[in-house]
Amino acid sequence: MSATRRTFLLKGFGATTTAWLAANWPAQVAAAEAAQQMGHFTFFTRPQAMEIDAMAQQIYPSDSTPGAKEAQVIYFIDLALVTFAKDKQEIYKKGFGELSAKTGGKPLGSFPVDQQIALLTGIENTPFFRTVRDHTIMGMFSAPQHGGNFRKVGWQQIGFDDSLNFRAPFGAYDKA
Amino acid sequence: MKKYSPNEEVDFVVIGTGAGGSVMAKQLAVAGFSVVIMEQGGWGAYGHEQDYNKDELSNRFPTEDEALISDPRRHVNTFRRNASEKAVPGNHNFGCVVGGGTVTYGASSWRHLPWEFDEASRFGTIKGTGIADWPITYKELEPYYVQAEWEIGVSGPNIQSPLIAPMSKPYPVPPLPLKSSGALVQKAADKLGLVVTPNVAAIITEPYNGRSACINCGMCSGYGCQVKARSSSAVSLLPIAVATGNCEIRPNSYVREISVNAAGRATGVIYLDKKNDNREVFQKAKCVVLAANGTESPRLLLMSKSNRFQHGLANSSGVVGKYLMVGNGGGASALFADPLNEYKGCVTGAAVLSYVPNDVKGRGWYGGGRMTARGQQSPIQYGLSGPRGAPRWGAGYKKALIEQANRRLTLVNFISQLPLETNMVDLDPEAKDAWGLPALRITTTSHENDFRAMRFFIDKSVEILKAAGATEVWADTLSDSRGGSHARGSCRMGNDPKTSVVNKYHRAHDVPNLFVVDGSSMVTGGRNHPTMTISALAYRCAEHLVKAAKAGNVTI
Repeated sequence: MSATRRTFLLKGFGATTTAWLAANWPAQVAAAEAAQQMGHFTFFTRPQAMEIDAMAQQIYPSDSTPGAKEAQVIYFIDLALVTFAKDKQEIYKKGFGELSAKTGGKPLGSFPVDQQIALLTGIENTPFFRTVRDHTIMGMFSAPQHGGNFRKVGWQQIGFDDSLNFRAPFGAYDKA
Repeated sequence: MKKYSPNEEVDFVVIGTGAGGSVMAKQLAVAGFSVVIMEQGGWGAYGHEQDYNKDELSNRFPTEDEALISDPRRHVNTFRRNASEKAVPGNHNFGCVVGGGTVTYGASSWRHLPWEFDEASRFGTIKGTGIADWPITYKELEPYYVQAEWEIGVSGPNIQSPLIAPMSKPYPVPPLPLKSSGALVQKAADKLGLVVTPNVAAIITEPYNGRSACINCGMCSGYGCQVKARSSSAVSLLPIAVATGNCEIRPNSYVREISVNAAGRATGVIYLDKKNDNREVFQKAKCVVLAANGTESPRLLLMSKSNRFQHGLANSSGVVGKYLMVGNGGGASALFADPLNEYKGCVTGAAVLSYVPNDVKGRGWYGGGRMTARGQQSPIQYGLSGPRGAPRWGAGYKKALIEQANRRLTLVNFISQLPLETNMVDLDPEAKDAWGLPALRITTTSHENDFRAMRFFIDKSVEILKAAGATEVWADTLSDSRGGSHARGSCRMGNDPKTSVVNKYHRAHDVPNLFVVDGSSMVTGGRNHPTMTISALAYRCAEHLVKAAKAGNVTI
């Protein structure tokens, strides 16, 4: 992914929260706008990417700190499905149908947040949801070269320093 | 590197490049013998260790060429609790790269204590178990521990204590830092009157033998070491073997049979050349040293059936594969108020030694164990396993994940396990591995005594974590091990050919030019820290083998 597109993405809708969008824009318009601003995907179609992105945003939400959206987890998952997680493609393909059956074919992101959470809670024990959950978390916390954890926002949240070269004291208790 | 033709009869073929095989290859090559050392796995980053990958995602999902550890989807194995069950797919794995398990292991390098060699005489046998004295004593093995520690490169504290094996020479380099986990356990130990020391590890803390000191990068166990501070066979021993000009390392070579002639002597090995469409190759050898690990070695013997050895090679006793000890653990975890940052530095931190000795009268069960303090959680691993007592996703998950980050301390215990004849490695009658060979089948259920031992250690761990001032403590579920890299006992040594597979010098009772030198030789399991004892046993075996071979007779 080019740096230019990442910058564009952030300017485009990185700073606004899902909650803000839901409150201020007609939901369908917001979803369509967001879809248009997304970049290129290898595995997903654009509407599919929107669905997974919406799921990821509920799995690891943005609040006072960045979430799956700012970490650009969707690009991690798209890349994962054509690389190390090829064997999970079928789970996603089937999953879109399962999700669509719950949402009546409407984009997940077009529902208010509490309804999105309720819809996802209804499928949280399915292989599809579990896989998206795991991929979202991997996208938050794997090295940025894999497409997610943009600008190491995930690592910063959990206090992980990736400099790979440390000296004692390491923590609060081996000081002095 | 010297190359041998398979048609050339080399003095020794060594099967396996881990802790046992690499010592053997190095000692034999230095003594002037021609050696081919075979490895199922690939080169890894042998000779260019700076390229070892520290990326958690690709470490988690390596390509076949990158993998450092066997993949149960290809190295298929099955598991069952007992002989009446049908085995189900298992997750057992082992180091599978030049250097074997020592490339990725945690590197704890404790010696066995003197009384761990004759526990049966000292503390009595238990009916229904195979507990027995070793045919060798600590005193006989002690010089070889020293040799192993100094040649391989081991760091540790120099403390005189009945809880530590007596040493005729101190460790060559000082111990690893205690880290915050160690400081907290020390605090608890001061209250409870326990003995805590830094870990003994094959990780160097000062430049040693031309290698760099540990930089505490944190991506440690499970990863190759990019500064060569972990004293794996691949950086400490194999380069010396190769430099003699007598030793060829042959990776991607999966030995499927040790061949014998009509006289019952080993003649060489048949292996699959993985980089050449798995073509079968026969390597001729005067003598075979088997060091493929505690599960693969008995499996290979059982696969090496012939008219003369219909129940597997070197198995007239019927003991090959039996008395398997896979290694029990368990413990407890805790959260503390402030970050420990255990992701920095080596995985294994300080050790609590107070429960290493037997106390059958006091505790009501046989055995003991070594506690280790740790808490390493790399980012993906932490995210996936999730915070304690929180939802699996959503705002609550995120909040707890951030709050609990780097605040965890876990006590992991390495506990004795009784050798039982019914716990074993054999060949699965149906399942095959990716190369069409019979899958390894593990059958194991720990003795009831060992469950009491695990319960004791889980409860003690909770007590120590509370005494250390934890804000929350939770115990592991009690369960015994189903496999893994600490497998021992499956080709046990002994003086009686009817009840053991190898003699006190690791020679197979049934095959005069076959030696088995790895964890499978162990009679009892110690406190589940086997590697340094495997290395010392190999140095001892090599010394005797070199003397015998120089005298023109490997029948020692």
